[in-house]
Amino acid sequence: MATVASTDAPGPPRRARRSLSGFRERETWTAYLFILPWVIGFAALTAGPMVASLYFSFTNYGVEQIAGFAPTERVGLDNYRQLLDDPRIATSLQNTFVYTVMSVPAKMAVALGLAMILARLAHGAGFFRTVFYLPDITPPVAIGILILVLFNGSVGIVNRALEFIGIPGPFWTTDPNWIKPSLAIMSIWTVGGTMVIYLAALKAVPNHLYEAAAMDGAGPWRRFFNVTLPMISPALFFTFIVLTIAGLQTFTEVFTAYFGEGSAGAEDPDAALMNVVYLFRQAFEFFNMGFASAMAWLLFAIIMVITAIQFVVSRRFVFYQGGDER
Amino acid sequence: MSAPAGLPTGGAGVVTPRVGHGLLGGVLRRGGGGGRRLFGRVRTFLFILLLTGISILAIYPFVWLLSASFKPQGDVFDNRLIPREWQWNYTGDPTPVAGDERLFALPDLPVLSWVWNSVWISLLAAVLVALSSALVAFAFAYFRFPGRGLLFALILATMMLPGAVTMIPVYLIWNELTLITGETGRLAFLPDIGVNTQYPLWVPNLFGSAFYIFLLRQFFLGIPRDLFEAARIDGDSYWTMFRRIAMPLAKPALIVVFIFELQAQWFDLLKPLIYLRDAALYTLPLGLKTILDQQGLGGGGEGRWEIIMAGTVVTVVPMLILFAIFQRYFVEGIATQGRKG
Repeated sequence: MATVASTDAPGPPRRARRSLSGFRERETWTAYLFILPWVIGFAALTAGPMVASLYFSFTNYGVEQIAGFAPTERVGLDNYRQLLDDPRIATSLQNTFVYTVMSVPAKMAVALGLAMILARLAHGAGFFRTVFYLPDITPPVAIGILILVLFNGSVGIVNRALEFIGIPGPFWTTDPNWIKPSLAIMSIWTVGGTMVIYLAALKAVPNHLYEAAAMDGAGPWRRFFNVTLPMISPALFFTFIVLTIAGLQTFTEVFTAYFGEGSAGAEDPDAALMNVVYLFRQAFEFFNMGFASAMAWLLFAIIMVITAIQFVVSRRFVFYQGGDER
Repeated sequence: MSAPAGLPTGGAGVVTPRVGHGLLGGVLRRGGGGGRRLFGRVRTFLFILLLTGISILAIYPFVWLLSASFKPQGDVFDNRLIPREWQWNYTGDPTPVAGDERLFALPDLPVLSWVWNSVWISLLAAVLVALSSALVAFAFAYFRFPGRGLLFALILATMMLPGAVTMIPVYLIWNELTLITGETGRLAFLPDIGVNTQYPLWVPNLFGSAFYIFLLRQFFLGIPRDLFEAARIDGDSYWTMFRRIAMPLAKPALIVVFIFELQAQWFDLLKPLIYLRDAALYTLPLGLKTILDQQGLGGGGEGRWEIIMAGTVVTVVPMLILFAIFQRYFVEGIATQGRKG
């Protein structure tokens, strides 16, 4: 390494000088060597493809272009206009929103309820935590299959159980009105991970806050709303964001149960057509790569907007202890 | 909040005397020893009852699945938890008469290969992503270098990016590689990499993954810097320091990354669906989907659901075993996520 000339001379501001001299340090080059795998991956598998995806979304890139039979042409905003024209785009977005709105709050509520009970249990909490976590390690393909068998309209156990208490169950897997509710109900089954996060957050709430509130005469409900909820609000917020983003990208369970070559579930049911499922079909079944790229950017935009709204709204409700933990 | 002077206000390890009515006793999570009131006991009993009920709901699908996989075709949907008549649906005659196929002896469907593919790809991918992410994470935790903050912000930003955005161009890259390394390609002497090979499933893991880099960096930041400085003074190279000090200390975090990725790979349907064409190359989720599409016709009693159920059991059980071994890491890994978020 070259010897460093004196950098003590007055002149450029300190910060700039330090960062420039950084390049003369051996440590700097070692660090770049260490992060090289990520830099390569980022360029080749993230940044490059993002630019390419944006470009493709303005072209007619499709099966003929991949094979080289026809030239790739720029088509301006055609793909984005098609997003408005194709009724299935609206259907798939609506399905995705409905499913997310049904499943995320339900999951959060159930997870919080379970976590609060477990947090109060003196013995056996570990056992129940394990049991409730088990569904979370079930592969999504298996969950897709379970939806078909458990919610089967005529022979499934869910309807048998409903029959038992005198309610005629709907044809969950074939009735367009009941496909999304059954998906949402099944998603509650995999509540374990969220519950574990809440449980950790609840255990981190200092006991003296509850005692102080109790001494001030706060009843159980007031303690819940004025102590518990604010103290675990970062965990609630975190899971809210993560579950929402995951919900908006639901694919495997739905694809397994309702799409593909067989017809195990309803036949090509538009009622189950999720956003990413439709994107996959456009890209890899019909090879409309240009249109599918436009779909991907629409999805990205939607996720960004929703997350941004969640962040803005959360500022009023999320309480970060110490303020500097963000 | 006005605690009377002289009264300890709790905190770790400090026992605070109970005040107020019996109802308020509930705030103490490890509600006191002998002096527990009847109300507390009744409540605990009700909690246990409720939790047991919910546990049954959580476990029921597993039991249903397992028992259905041991039933003859006609009984799958009888919803009995103990089969009326037992039937072994897993292995059998490799040249069966129609209607008498078994899971691991399905004509044209190499289920055993799928299990093996899933096992080695998941293991390889998980090891690779743990190592590469650790390398990058260590650099961000230990070194100071120009652009560190910016690059790390970039890593965090990529966590927000939906996979759908990069999915298509990445596929096209692999498609291009297929043409180059295929029989007529310029690099035909190389092994075939690209579409319809398993490389796209694990090669990206050589480059680290944003979430794991973040998780491991947090862990490395928790290791006292003195340990590294001491090693430097002893004349260790940065690489030795990483390998001999950082990696062994990070073992718990590395295990968390390993099992998270193992699980993610074992779960993945989308990538195999995009990249794999030959049935021999399939991983278990894609294989199971194929069995479902082939054997699940009619949705109800007509299909060969006992075979589908056996296949589902084979997909589910390895994860249960993994969980049994690494339970602590699963749970702690998940809990940490929430705290760091």
